[in-house]
Amino acid sequence: MATFDQELDATGLNCPLPILRAKKALATLQSGQVLHIIATDPGSVKDFEAFAKQTGNQLLESREEGGKFYFLIKKS
Amino acid sequence: MSEKKLAIIATKGTLDWAYPPFILASTAAALGYEVQIFFTFYGLQLVRKQPDLKVSSLGNPGMPMPMGMDKWFPVLFQALPGMESMMTAMMKQKMKAKGVASIEELRNLCLEADVKMIACQMTVDLFDMNPSDFIDGLEYGGAATFFEFAGESDICLYI
Repeated sequence: MATFDQELDATGLNCPLPILRAKKALATLQSGQVLHIIATDPGSVKDFEAFAKQTGNQLLESREEGGKFYFLIKKS
Repeated sequence: MSEKKLAIIATKGTLDWAYPPFILASTAAALGYEVQIFFTFYGLQLVRKQPDLKVSSLGNPGMPMPMGMDKWFPVLFQALPGMESMMTAMMKQKMKAKGVASIEELRNLCLEADVKMIACQMTVDLFDMNPSDFIDGLEYGGAATFFEFAGESDICLYI
């Protein structure tokens, strides 16, 4: 698994909480650092793509495994 | 890149309709939008310090109910005392079980993200509402105040 600087457990949370928590977590990171997010909301797959596109933070990875969704976002 | 702007008019004061303004406002703020919500008429229930929001199945045939009740439960019975509280309790329970944020939580996230909230002064006067019942940070204004921001907004929603 790729390395990351901080992890955010957003499991059990529904729209829009995973995005809002991720935004908060990213605010504590430095540019270039990577946030790892774990979510269970199926809507978060498209939402994190859209979030990355609109905020300029880079979505490095988005994958599903065992009913959970994992994302790596690099702060711009 | 200049900041995009989202203007919302919140007009409804029920638990279900409390969600769209706060979900969209908090998400837009997270995406870098500058956001204002103008609360008017029943929408003012959403900015009470202690919101007591309810949901009703009455006049709402689209509301899913347990055990297919929306199919066989007579509408007249839905008007019985206590039904509204029961529906509200069930809705809140369901939301909690599904990890949906509470209105207070979403509202706090909006306030933290500097979403500007404006109460319609006319409605406050009309219903003799007490400003001390409303959350701190709420501003008061009229239609012209709303247009000052809405006129420059990229997205403007009436909810």
